[in-house]
Amino acid sequence: MLLKLFFSFIQVGLFSVGGGYAAIPLIQDQIVNTLQLMTLAEFTDLITIAEMTPGPISINSATFVGTRIAGIPGAIICTLGCILPAFIICLTLAFFYYKYRQFSGVQKVLAALRPAVVALIASAGMAILLLALFNGGLSDISSSNFRGIECLLFVTGLYCLRRFKVNAIAIIFGSGVIGTLLYTFI
Amino acid sequence: MKNSTTDKNILWKLFHATFTLSAFTFGGGFVIVSLMKKKFVEELGWFQEEEMLDITAIAQSSPGPIPINASVIIGYRMHGLLGALVAILGTSLPPMIIISIISVFYQQFRENTVIATALQVMRAGVAAVIFDVVLNLAKNVIHTRRFVYISVMLIAFILTFFMDVSAMLIILACLAIGIIELLLDLNAKKETTGSEG
Repeated sequence: MLLKLFFSFIQVGLFSVGGGYAAIPLIQDQIVNTLQLMTLAEFTDLITIAEMTPGPISINSATFVGTRIAGIPGAIICTLGCILPAFIICLTLAFFYYKYRQFSGVQKVLAALRPAVVALIASAGMAILLLALFNGGLSDISSSNFRGIECLLFVTGLYCLRRFKVNAIAIIFGSGVIGTLLYTFI
Repeated sequence: MKNSTTDKNILWKLFHATFTLSAFTFGGGFVIVSLMKKKFVEELGWFQEEEMLDITAIAQSSPGPIPINASVIIGYRMHGLLGALVAILGTSLPPMIIISIISVFYQQFRENTVIATALQVMRAGVAAVIFDVVLNLAKNVIHTRRFVYISVMLIAFILTFFMDVSAMLIILACLAIGIIELLLDLNAKKETTGSEG
């Protein structure tokens, strides 16, 4: 059983290119459809929890599935399976990157790639901002959905980061605590 | 002797940094990448901003979770195979511990309104952190004063944010642009050396 889980999650780790959300349908296919270890309802709960808790979504789901099916050993096996392909592939890529990156040709190609990475991070940031301010995506922007407290937290947070160089984790947690207090007492 | 203590120091710092980053990041891979940039580039000064962007591109284009991929590369850079192992341990332990605990009483956790509110408002803080990092990065791209780089940034943003084009496709397209630029460059050099000779 554990071995089956391990190989399922190796497949998940190997074929989920592009981050956590790419892994979810793969895990569903393995665990709900192929191995039938969980019902779809349980799986939906899992995704909710994995999104709510800190850490990479696929590691969260792997641990959750593992624990539900086979306790702590299950959690370790699933996470290992999920990580192993990434570990080997990234180590190889890192090796070549550090071996060749000083060449001017490689530098030139990488230089064209960097602005795109900035755009990708910006796009992820915008998506989270919309989620914070309107609790949705681009199509949900309207004055009735607008959340003032979150907007206040965002502006203050950004100001503290840029003006006073406050620690990022303090900003995230501070906004959580202050925001929850504001919502509770207003 | 001195060498082994500094080695231990780096490994410990690496573990500590990846552990706290992983324990406190809510949301997708790019959140943790922004925090990594703040931690490793701005705070610890272990490497340059360009290198962090390269690492992000590699992490995004290889299979597996982005935070895991990025920490493997950073670990390898700082301390070879051992560094990679330490970084991956630091990144995967917090979610494993947290989820193992939560999975026992996840029904209550999911239905708790205070937790739901805290997680919703925390997004505002996460967005502020990402925007701070993006503003710095974008400023540097604009400072290159290269038309190609600035337009690549703008077009890539429009494509991913408004048109849902996948990140993988954007990276491949930019690799192609980089290679074309390189070839044009080599060609131009060949011509100038040719006319001199």
